[in-house]
Amino acid sequence: MARAVTNRQKTINSLAAWAVGLLIFFPILWIFVMSFKAEGDAIKAPLEVLAAPWTLENYGVVQERSDYSRHFVNSVILAFGSTLLGLLVAVPAAWAMAFVPSKRTKDILLWMLSTKMLPAVGVLYPIYLLFIQLGLLDSRAGLVVVLMLINLPIIVWMLYTYFKEIPGEILEAARMDGATLHEEILYVLTPMAIPGMASTVLLNVILAWNEAFWTLNLTAAKAAPLTAFIASYSSPEGLFYAKLSAASTMAIAPILIMGWFSQKQLVRGLTFGAVK
Amino acid sequence: MFLKNALRAATALSLIVAGSAYAETITIATVNNGDMIRMQGYTGDFTAKTGHDVEWVTLEENVLRQRVTTDISTKGGQFDIMTIGMYETPIWGGNGWLVPLDDLSAEYDVDDILPAMRGGLSHDGTLYAAPFYGESSMVMYRTDLMEKAGLEMPAAPTWEFIREAAAAMDDPGSDTNGVCLRGKAGWGEGGAFITVTANSFGARWFDENWRAQFDQPEWKDALTFFVNLMNDYGPQGYATNGFNENLSLFQQGKCGMWIDATVAASFVTNPNDSTVADKVGFALAPDNGLGKRSNWLWAWALAIPAGTKKEAAAKQFIEWATSKGYIELVAANEGWANVPPGARTSLYANPEYQAVPFAKMTLDSINAADPNNPTVKPVPYVGIQFVAIPEFAGIATEVSQEFSAVYAGQQTVDEALAKAQALTTDAMEAAGY
Repeated sequence: MARAVTNRQKTINSLAAWAVGLLIFFPILWIFVMSFKAEGDAIKAPLEVLAAPWTLENYGVVQERSDYSRHFVNSVILAFGSTLLGLLVAVPAAWAMAFVPSKRTKDILLWMLSTKMLPAVGVLYPIYLLFIQLGLLDSRAGLVVVLMLINLPIIVWMLYTYFKEIPGEILEAARMDGATLHEEILYVLTPMAIPGMASTVLLNVILAWNEAFWTLNLTAAKAAPLTAFIASYSSPEGLFYAKLSAASTMAIAPILIMGWFSQKQLVRGLTFGAVK
Repeated sequence: MFLKNALRAATALSLIVAGSAYAETITIATVNNGDMIRMQGYTGDFTAKTGHDVEWVTLEENVLRQRVTTDISTKGGQFDIMTIGMYETPIWGGNGWLVPLDDLSAEYDVDDILPAMRGGLSHDGTLYAAPFYGESSMVMYRTDLMEKAGLEMPAAPTWEFIREAAAAMDDPGSDTNGVCLRGKAGWGEGGAFITVTANSFGARWFDENWRAQFDQPEWKDALTFFVNLMNDYGPQGYATNGFNENLSLFQQGKCGMWIDATVAASFVTNPNDSTVADKVGFALAPDNGLGKRSNWLWAWALAIPAGTKKEAAAKQFIEWATSKGYIELVAANEGWANVPPGARTSLYANPEYQAVPFAKMTLDSINAADPNNPTVKPVPYVGIQFVAIPEFAGIATEVSQEFSAVYAGQQTVDEALAKAQALTTDAMEAAGY
């Protein structure tokens, strides 16, 4: 039974939601504002920053100094490549765990998730040495694999959760109609799990896009994505806030726009199965 | 006819092979600061002269340090040239990780490198990195506020004078702090500043037998003086202030004095960014009457990791980037105030550069620093604001965190020094000293 909510309560809830939303969004908004200010103005008190003249100078400097398009292309390849590769591995894994679970399925799932708790720096040297041996340093192929492995537990977990919501009888019926395993996953399971898979893709693209530890440590000039692009504008000596803000805005804009347009899909997918 | 064609083909082939062997693309890891970014803009001049292309990997200082350390210690070979500092150079040179720069051309004139820089970038007398620019630290002060206070800044002030001047210039009503100094945790931030301050008070990190010295009275005197000075006349929240925060305060006219890197002089005197550009004076970093000034010595230098396949091209780049010719190139295009300072003796003999207001004080500050004799009492280490041993960065970061906790009012000087003594002793014992 739904609880009665007064108009006053609704207004308070809305205001609270807007306040929290603005609080979360404020750093991004401030980066955006600072990117249009001169370096000398960007270090002033907040009100003075707002009053200072607006300029496009920082974007010009960043464009002139850095090869944005190369970093952008690398980010796109790494984010989508690692996510698609992850799906290729995770869909069969999640199918097996959801529809033909073993005694140890829950343990395996927990173990997979526990790998996310390992501090990345703890395995930097082994992975770095492995990359040297395999000639994968500063290569997009190597990073696609690493980013896929990092996000694989999340992809498997998310898909497993969505697949569990799909009645196994439907798949059984498909099998009885003569569908092969490949056809069962591709033509029966996948269409039903599209919302969940879409949100999995979106979330993992965002995670891979923002990943900074491995992308900074395993790349140099050729495979460096937008995280390296941003890192090149931070400095312990000198004024850099405005240019760093411009670089950050350029780096996060594509993923922000993508998230904005797909937010309904993302929220629907993330809350899928939460209410029964 | 056949012979002629064969000869032509062989000649063409050899030219292609020779050409491809000559024109290399070198990858350089560098730090994001004004001089390095400016150098990237002149890469075309190097390419035109040598045919080699350059790929830049620009990173923030701490990221760069982690990145190049990982690469060189694993022989990753991602970079043909690395931008490193005075801390890494003697350690890595001693480990055999760097190519010795002992065969630079006569035209390069290696003897023109400032002796302090050359000494700090060498190991056992062999140069392992060529300085691109160098810096020390000095006092930058507001001439108008000093005059208003009825004081005159000596060319070589004492800490006691700094305290008196800070008291006279401090004016909370106009949001002017007497003095702004680094308190931020980190061995290269507040850790560097308190170490050089302690040097001038007669303190040292280790005695001749590598025993930690934080339990000695000199450290207590230095830390107590610093804390009292900053609590009385420093900005609020100085425990989190580093170079950039103080630069911002000074440029906005909120500091009577600022003691920091000589490279800051060009920022605070730049009228585009600084509201006090025409009211800044310079003096040597203060001492305490014990014969050691509280100034550091640092250089960003270019080094070649051992094992690179493009050593010859990398050496050509280093000779170009750290040459007298490069300085002249920048001066011709952007003026003498914008050339990389602190690396070459000839720069300071140039009358045009002598006209730059902070040139003389920068050179005097660099010359006043001796990384081989950094403290009043003898020490077994090289380095002024650091100790050139691999363990130092980790230890000093922790020690500076303890000191920052004092600046933030979270613990006392005695508590911080006791913790510093304990953690340094443990780390050094674990390292086998």
